[in-house]
Amino acid sequence: MAMEMRLPVARKPLSESLGRDTKKHLVVPGDTITTDTGFMRGHGTYMGEEKLIASVAGSVERVNKLICVKALNTRYNGEVGDIVVGRITERRRSAEDELAMRGFLQEGDLISAEVQAVFSDGAVSLHTRSLKYGKLGQGVLVQVSPSLVKRQKTHFHDLPCGASVILGNNGFIWIYPTPEHKDEDAGGFTANLEPVSLADREVISRLRNCVVSLVTQRMMLYDTSILYCYEASLSHQIKDILKPEVMEEIVLETRQRLLEQEG
Amino acid sequence: MAGLELLSDQGYRVDGRRAGELRKIQARMGVFAQADGSAYIEQGNTKALAVVYGPHEIRGSRSRALPDRALVNCQYSSATFSTGERKRRPHGDRKSCEMGLQLRQTFEAAILTQLHPRSQIDIYVQVLQADGGTYAACVNAATLAVLDAGIPMRDFVCACSAGFVEGTALADLSHVEEAAGGPQLALALLPASGQIALLEMDARLHEDHLERVLEAAAQAARDVHTLLDHVVRQHVREASILLGD
Repeated sequence: MAMEMRLPVARKPLSESLGRDTKKHLVVPGDTITTDTGFMRGHGTYMGEEKLIASVAGSVERVNKLICVKALNTRYNGEVGDIVVGRITERRRSAEDELAMRGFLQEGDLISAEVQAVFSDGAVSLHTRSLKYGKLGQGVLVQVSPSLVKRQKTHFHDLPCGASVILGNNGFIWIYPTPEHKDEDAGGFTANLEPVSLADREVISRLRNCVVSLVTQRMMLYDTSILYCYEASLSHQIKDILKPEVMEEIVLETRQRLLEQEG
Repeated sequence: MAGLELLSDQGYRVDGRRAGELRKIQARMGVFAQADGSAYIEQGNTKALAVVYGPHEIRGSRSRALPDRALVNCQYSSATFSTGERKRRPHGDRKSCEMGLQLRQTFEAAILTQLHPRSQIDIYVQVLQADGGTYAACVNAATLAVLDAGIPMRDFVCACSAGFVEGTALADLSHVEEAAGGPQLALALLPASGQIALLEMDARLHEDHLERVLEAAAQAARDVHTLLDHVVRQHVREASILLGD
């Protein structure tokens, strides 16, 4: 049986290979952001003695009169309209709940839903507003930091390579085979348990490894970046994508293609 | 040991440092991908690892949930190979519990717990090699780990130990200096405001000397802050460059 071993070696910081610096204003907790009291304070700041002080380590973002500090990794903060992927861990045990929901969604099911409301203590209320939300069947789940999922108009993408992806704002990415026909009446409460073909499974595994490499190199996740990374990885075997040097290579290629597309 | 001078006539300590000099500090953030926040710090030969999970829902009994703030749960653990002689430490023993409690008090003062009501923040610290100043190394590592997790804090928490020998206050004691039996003080400071998060001493020290020892510890903690600040800024800068504008 062939085995591969790697020895630890010091790697130079990734940012050097990009050769550019950041233009953002970076702060750490305890730093004074401004002494001007005209600003409203957003997330990541607090007011102390007439000045606005940062409470997390990150970059300062200013939108008109609102100043907030966006931290690198944070717990997901729900906002109305976000798409969320998650697993049902516990549910309210009340009589009408039993009658209505038990048949459709059980504990342990993986679902996609939309945020309906946010309570003052941070708890969010979810609803499956239309039939495109609901129980998720066969596929692969990747958990990433919520700060790496880019906010877009839609989070449900059917990629041309043959699979579909749901980019949950809470950092849960669901990769699944594209359903052949969209059943309007079946909706989101029945899981499709038919066997998935080998070709589809390979596409899904490759996509999953691409998502993991993008996250390791701290790139934002959206449909274009995942697609370009997939295309860049086609020259490698699926299992080789997770090797550090291959990861760097394909993500660098992805970055270049994205820059060319913008400029 | 006979003839061991903690402070020589020229003002040098056992390891060649000056009275107010710190040991070499190296730190790294984000060492574990699976935890929400993690950090590793080396202060001289003392090595500590901190891992933070949270804020998340309260595990176990719901009755412990505080309606207006988050619960901070700290656990301290010392590896069996951390001291000169291999010693098995059961998990619930007194020293671990006491350290855990001190860490909890320190971080409850610094973390803005009102922003996460009814949730729990877990901080686990493990000492891999103990060469004096373990409380300080644990606090410094935990600060970096909490920052890595993106949990809002009032300020950094920087800690250092201090002692007193022959009229001079020493900063950042090593194991040899601690074992010599003189008074030792551990201080955790919030540098920007100068507020003390925790001050601990269990030895006898004349009150005339307290001011000097406290000042030495505070200055050392501020020096630690300069270093940790640099480490965090580097980390944030690198991540910001990778993320792009």
